[in-house]
Amino acid sequence: MRSFRLTGVSLAALSALTLAACATTGSSSGDGAAAAAPREREAMARGLDYAANPDPYPSTYAALPRENMAIVGATVLTGAGQKIENGVVVVTDGRITAVGGPGTAVPAGHRVVDARGRYVTPGVIDVHSHLGVYPSPGVQGMSDGNEATNPNTAQVWAEHSLWPQDPGFNTARAGGVTTLQILPGSANLFGGRGVTVRNVPSITMQGMKFPGAPYGLKMACGENPSRVYGSRNSSPATGMGNVAGYRAAFIAAREYKAKWDKWRETGEGSPPTRNLQLETLAGVLDGSVLIQNHCYRADEMAVMIDIAKEFGYRITAFHHAIEAYKIAPLLAREGICADMWTGWWGFKMEALDGLEANAAIVDAQPNSCAVIHSDDAQLTQRLNQEAAASIAAGRRIGMNIPEERAIAWITLNPARSLGIADQTGSLETGKRADVVIWSADPFSVYARADQVFIDGALTFDRMNPAYQPVSDFELGQPGFAMPAATVDQGAR
Amino acid sequence: MRLKTLILGAAASASLGVLALAAPAAAQSLTAITGGRVLTGTSVIENGTVVIQNGRVVSVGSGAAPSGARVIDARGKTVTPGLVAVDAVLAVSEVGSVSGTGDSSNNANSISASFDVSYGLDPWSITLPVARLGGITRAVVTPSHSGGGDGHDHQDDSDFAGVGEGGLQSPGLFAGQAAIIDLGQGGEILVKPRVAMVAPFGEAGAGIAGGARGAEFVQFKETLAEVRLYARNRAAYDRAGLRDLSLSRADLEALIPVAEGRMPLIVTARRAADIRQVLRLAREEGLKIILDGAEEGWLIADEIAAAQVPVLLDVLNNLPSNFEMRAARMQNAAVLNAAGVVIAIKGSDGGGRVREMRYNAGNAVSHGLPYAAAIQAITVNPARIFGMGGQFGELRPGAAADVVVWSGDPLEPLTIAEAVFIDGQEQPMTSRQFLLRDRYARPGTLPPAYNR
Repeated sequence: MRSFRLTGVSLAALSALTLAACATTGSSSGDGAAAAAPREREAMARGLDYAANPDPYPSTYAALPRENMAIVGATVLTGAGQKIENGVVVVTDGRITAVGGPGTAVPAGHRVVDARGRYVTPGVIDVHSHLGVYPSPGVQGMSDGNEATNPNTAQVWAEHSLWPQDPGFNTARAGGVTTLQILPGSANLFGGRGVTVRNVPSITMQGMKFPGAPYGLKMACGENPSRVYGSRNSSPATGMGNVAGYRAAFIAAREYKAKWDKWRETGEGSPPTRNLQLETLAGVLDGSVLIQNHCYRADEMAVMIDIAKEFGYRITAFHHAIEAYKIAPLLAREGICADMWTGWWGFKMEALDGLEANAAIVDAQPNSCAVIHSDDAQLTQRLNQEAAASIAAGRRIGMNIPEERAIAWITLNPARSLGIADQTGSLETGKRADVVIWSADPFSVYARADQVFIDGALTFDRMNPAYQPVSDFELGQPGFAMPAATVDQGAR
Repeated sequence: MRLKTLILGAAASASLGVLALAAPAAAQSLTAITGGRVLTGTSVIENGTVVIQNGRVVSVGSGAAPSGARVIDARGKTVTPGLVAVDAVLAVSEVGSVSGTGDSSNNANSISASFDVSYGLDPWSITLPVARLGGITRAVVTPSHSGGGDGHDHQDDSDFAGVGEGGLQSPGLFAGQAAIIDLGQGGEILVKPRVAMVAPFGEAGAGIAGGARGAEFVQFKETLAEVRLYARNRAAYDRAGLRDLSLSRADLEALIPVAEGRMPLIVTARRAADIRQVLRLAREEGLKIILDGAEEGWLIADEIAAAQVPVLLDVLNNLPSNFEMRAARMQNAAVLNAAGVVIAIKGSDGGGRVREMRYNAGNAVSHGLPYAAAIQAITVNPARIFGMGGQFGELRPGAAADVVVWSGDPLEPLTIAEAVFIDGQEQPMTSRQFLLRDRYARPGTLPPAYNR
């Protein structure tokens, strides 16, 4: 898949340019764009025009203390299709600066990490998580994942529900997860914006936010919205009601976007009233907000693809794509990622046809994007095993699935599914050094993440309690700080 | 095109393999599975020979195959007893959200303890072949109850309230009685009905009693007193000569074996404090209990071991999903086992993901449980816990010929079950999922609907 990162950042730049251009025309000072604030808009508060402040909750993420290093001797699965025996991964200033065989030069001054007998992969990326918004403990007062008050809540942002103290972030990291997309739930047709985070302990949401990662808009097909709203005797109550809801929303968004575009072009009259719901949808239309669409059934995915064409936007990923295997060529042709489970099936009608070989079948298409995801605080700790089960199901029907290919299901392909593949997801020169050293082949049930590096910084170490963070909630709770067994614990 | 070629080639080799294994094998024929690494459930035999006939295991050892036997070559493979699933809803729940297929829980006040899950069993359930392909040959089908899950019951964030327990609401203290089934194709699957009674404690049980734990224990003791009163005075009861009792006659009858310590009571309790209370209750009332959940059990492992109470574990529960599980740890299984507690390891749910019980056992191993104990926890132990020791769940002479031939280590997700025998009958290695898979993985010129 191409990189289609018109990210928040680049869009902001674009908007600033537009603004500046208008300002210049409207200004008589001639001092240049920067100095020439538009007079007719001086009175407008920043919050009334998103272009004046397109990133109102900016990332404050900073990597943990790090050192330059070379991880040597391991079997390296790069995520980009290579398997390197006795490999060398060089990390400099938080970036991958070299990946190669045993002859790869280790720069002077780099600490050498002995990973002989172990495996090295990119950090695992979970594209579908509710950590922080449906945290542990899952009690009333903490369950903030579904704004199930209207079928269209495109105006809500998961980052405003995210509780960074969810202990699940720590357990996910102990499973090798370095990046997650935290999504709103699936009660609504438009559930709201997701947020992509670095999996680092943080007091604030902003401290986890992945710098520059595009926003995703959670949409939901199928049973959930129609059940929730149908049971309230309101629309949508059916699949056709769902589709009418999507279409009505994008019609409104087109009009909203046109008003702003026109106002930005002409600068005449009053600016349109800012509408957070339509603004997110307009972001979908201009490509800055990626569609992350919960959609189980093949026939529904096909309809969603046509809706996207009808209104002129792209779908980045179908989540919970239980029936992706039925339309694998279509998904590959459209460049849409299929984000899947291996073992989940049968819990409702739209999940009835789930099967273990789903990812393997989707992956076999040229130009495909097969992703294994969790949607679950437990499963996210073991995405490597979930991938292994799908490898086995594919091999059972004779498919040739090398491990160096399948590792992309939980690394590079999810990065593509989030629009951050230029940043992370594989061990390639120039990318963020998100790296996991596994005790064994990661597709083995016995493999544990020994060390997890995020931007080159050691963020979890199974052998060293100093690198096993616990959340505020966990402090002093029953069992706290008691050794549970004679095994290197890691997180919980 | 690439896909098609791959799969066609594969199909040829796969079906050859199946044919080699699956020559029509009647349950009564003499069969020897040779050359594999045999995990009997309690021991390991390298290059072992398992001989079965007439639905039973004849011998397990390292000798040659008896003459005249059909020989199954298991060199390079692992041979185990069929796995025994606990806390399953196989054959009593077809589609989770379709309540009409849900026969694992009951909401009538007059039928709680007497609810007998065995009447709802559907041998034609599509869930059975899927579980069987995961090497499961027997299951303890167990009534569901409020609080029976792990706090992660919602499958795709559709638990919109965000709290609660998946909507299950048991009106009484008891959820009903479990049954043992086999997963054999085409026959009567009921092995034994009414093998255990189910009762939730902790938050779930407290909720039923009115909200507080102190209410449930009082109500529970009061109920047992009524059961005993009824048992001593049946004749009086029948002529309406006994004071009013809070339970229906059917429920009173069902609870007599529990009150007399003959029928095990599966008690869901997660918090260490609740477990301790339940152990005391069992001691005081003379109950035979099986702990279910016990996420905080490791805090008081020695007490559980001393009480000789077995535990059914969801080993993956390591998060403080609620205030009953704040001490939940992956190491729970290892600690309990080391203390001498008999443990059984559950699947990831009771139905569609029950097949993951072997991976769960593997994860317990990577968190300190000895490998042999993990194998026991999915074979021998569950059989013993439910009073079926020696009858299945173990490769030993006289046991049911439930045998699985694995491509490798059964605890690994990369391993598949290649052959499954139940009561000596070789099982078809297919499922509705495999039919779907083949229909779409091997497209023809006509729409997939023509491809069956």
